[in-house]
Amino acid sequence: MEAYLPVIWAGLIATAVALYVVMDDFDLGVGILFPFAKKEEERDAMMNSIAPFWDGNETWLVLGGGGLWVAFPQAYAVIMPALYLPVTVMLLALIFRGVSFEFRFASKPKHALWDFAFTAGSILAAFSQGVILGGVIQGITVANGEFAGGAFDWATPFALLCGLGLVAGYGLLGATWIISRVEGDLAEAARRQATVLFPAVLVFIGLVSLWTPLQFDRIAERWFSTPNIWFLWPVPLLTAGLAFLAWRSLRLKQEMVPFFTAVGLFLLCFIGLAISTFPYLVPPSLTIWDTAAVPASQVFSLIGVVFMLPIILGYFAFVFWTFRGKVRVGEGYH
Amino acid sequence: MELDAVVLARIQFAFTVSFHIIFPTFTIGLSAWIATLLVIWRRTGNVRYQELARFWTRIFAVSFAMGVVSGIVLSYQFGTNWSRFSVVTGNVIGPLIGYEVLTAFFLEATFLGILLFGWNRVPPTLHVGAAILVAVGTLFSAFWILSANSWMQTPAGHEIIDGIAYPVDWLAVVFNPSFPYRLAHMVIAAYLTTSFVVLATGARYLIAGRDRDHAMIMVRMGLGMAILLAPLQAVVGDIHGQHTAEFQPAKIAAIEAHWDGARPAPLVLFALPDEKNETNRYEIAIPGVASLFITHSMEGLFPGLKDFPVENRPPVWGPFFGFRIMVGVGLAMIAMAFWGGFLWWRGRLGGARLYLRLASFTWPLGFVAVLAGWTVTEQGRQPWLATGILRTMDAISPVSAAQVATTLVLFVLVYSVVFTAGIVYINRLINKGPTPEDALAEGVPNRPLTGATSPDAPVGAEI
Repeated sequence: MEAYLPVIWAGLIATAVALYVVMDDFDLGVGILFPFAKKEEERDAMMNSIAPFWDGNETWLVLGGGGLWVAFPQAYAVIMPALYLPVTVMLLALIFRGVSFEFRFASKPKHALWDFAFTAGSILAAFSQGVILGGVIQGITVANGEFAGGAFDWATPFALLCGLGLVAGYGLLGATWIISRVEGDLAEAARRQATVLFPAVLVFIGLVSLWTPLQFDRIAERWFSTPNIWFLWPVPLLTAGLAFLAWRSLRLKQEMVPFFTAVGLFLLCFIGLAISTFPYLVPPSLTIWDTAAVPASQVFSLIGVVFMLPIILGYFAFVFWTFRGKVRVGEGYH
Repeated sequence: MELDAVVLARIQFAFTVSFHIIFPTFTIGLSAWIATLLVIWRRTGNVRYQELARFWTRIFAVSFAMGVVSGIVLSYQFGTNWSRFSVVTGNVIGPLIGYEVLTAFFLEATFLGILLFGWNRVPPTLHVGAAILVAVGTLFSAFWILSANSWMQTPAGHEIIDGIAYPVDWLAVVFNPSFPYRLAHMVIAAYLTTSFVVLATGARYLIAGRDRDHAMIMVRMGLGMAILLAPLQAVVGDIHGQHTAEFQPAKIAAIEAHWDGARPAPLVLFALPDEKNETNRYEIAIPGVASLFITHSMEGLFPGLKDFPVENRPPVWGPFFGFRIMVGVGLAMIAMAFWGGFLWWRGRLGGARLYLRLASFTWPLGFVAVLAGWTVTEQGRQPWLATGILRTMDAISPVSAAQVATTLVLFVLVYSVVFTAGIVYINRLINKGPTPEDALAEGVPNRPLTGATSPDAPVGAEI
């Protein structure tokens, strides 16, 4: 049982991060697309489409970070100092993004600054998250269980590519969210944006999929050695299939399918990256077993998760159900 | 003092946590106040209470957002700046933080959406329920975070193997010795702080001769809470202090600037503690009174700072002055509460201009006391990060001073802009008042306002 605990926790943290990716990233995406809406009412509608959700969505990020500390303190203690600057920039960006929701409406009609803060914060948060992701995947220098690299070790072309990829990807999620939530010109504009962003995202997915096995032998071995390849070939195939569905739904002007297929694409990329790095939490040296908290701590926290997670998912279902339906331009939640 | 990574990281944490604590302090009290207003509105049908709830919900939204974003920073700083701390105490404290996220954050965040945007989307009973759940969520949050903090002050229920703390008894960890006292002291502080903000806002409207019905409700309810809580806080604080004398004697010695444990301690009203020469300069003191407080005898002895090796002594200035500021503010709050209570009893509260003018300036009192109090307890814990387990200087991440300095500058810049703006906007919302005209006509787009809230709606019974 004790050997499985870290696996369970790795799965839970991956779930929290995946839920974060799915939920907050359309919020950030809406922020990224914000400056492209020229009309004031359109911007209000975009903001209103995510205002009741963003806070809860962002909490998954706290659970992801907190969960990492709870279950894998050694990994937390290596990853955070290693990615010190991108993590701090992400936090500062999320500050600007988060307060803009309230400040923008409190400062009307002089809110241009907070429009800018909302967009800049969203872009910077997305970019930093991509850099953090890339920074972990490409590996961290560790000695005696501690981070032993330099302040800018993370700043590689690969990590920057991941950053740009995530900005494009979140933008796509934001656009498809708007398509599903808003009517009229704004939805049309979002559809055009999605049509531009979608190929860009595919290019980034392709680049990362090629780059990682070419540069990192451990990743090439994971995917292309036998028997792994016999089990793993459906992952790229499913990705391609979903990409086709997403593209088709955009052409057919469907409303809900683009969002869900985009989310599916994101999840598959996430699973792909998890396959590339498992069982390492801090590649290439520390596995989930090396960094795990003692079983007593993991079990104690697990009890809380088992009880609370269904309740939390219930909250989310309730809130999303309450605020279901379309947001119309020029109308708030009345 | 050399500006190495440890010092810079301490400055950074002190800076970010000080900004953060202002908002939870306010929102713990505010969420309870909003829930109370909504419950009274549902029971009496008096629309003034609903208008007040809407008004304070707008302010709550701004404050809560600032609390959330500044709080996320802290949860990551444990890793970025204090990675040794994360490893040494992670097995024990990590789960407490995990439970906070699971039981409190999600509850608050999701039902906040209902509270802010659900006025016409959900049935009123459910909406009031959401307000109550948000208030309960803030209390859960206080419970877990204060449990973790208290464990750092008075660790229990653990064992140390190779310098790493391992849990042995979770109940003992969660309910560690100083936790119940700290929890009571802090929750009362939050409610008291908010009571004075509400009282000050009501007083401000009464002086300006506007929103009189709303203002009287605020003055009475704020004052009522203050009359109840201000003296209670003094009693709870005293019990907390007695307990600290038992478990963290060095902290008490620093608070009292008490150097020589072989003699009864005077109550030092003012002094400039001189750590180098182990004495107080310019001391004004009343003999025996500190001993009376702590040991209940003028002749009683308790350890002085000289009884602790220099490397185990906390700095003296922070605890010493912080404590005096906190107690001074507390006494001012008690005086304001009793004075207001007297005026209320004589039926002169609504027209007491001098009192109301003074009361309108009392809104920062609670925040000052909270910041001063946290300075006392956190600096008083030094040189330990977790008492007896890990020294602050040993808890730092393997990061360079330059990195910590860079992010410190960024935090100072960003917080200055964001939190100044937040306070300006809160002030603007207060100036607009509970029945702003634009809000009644159409409403700020995402701030829901029903047509039912008309300015000439009948006024119900006064409390």
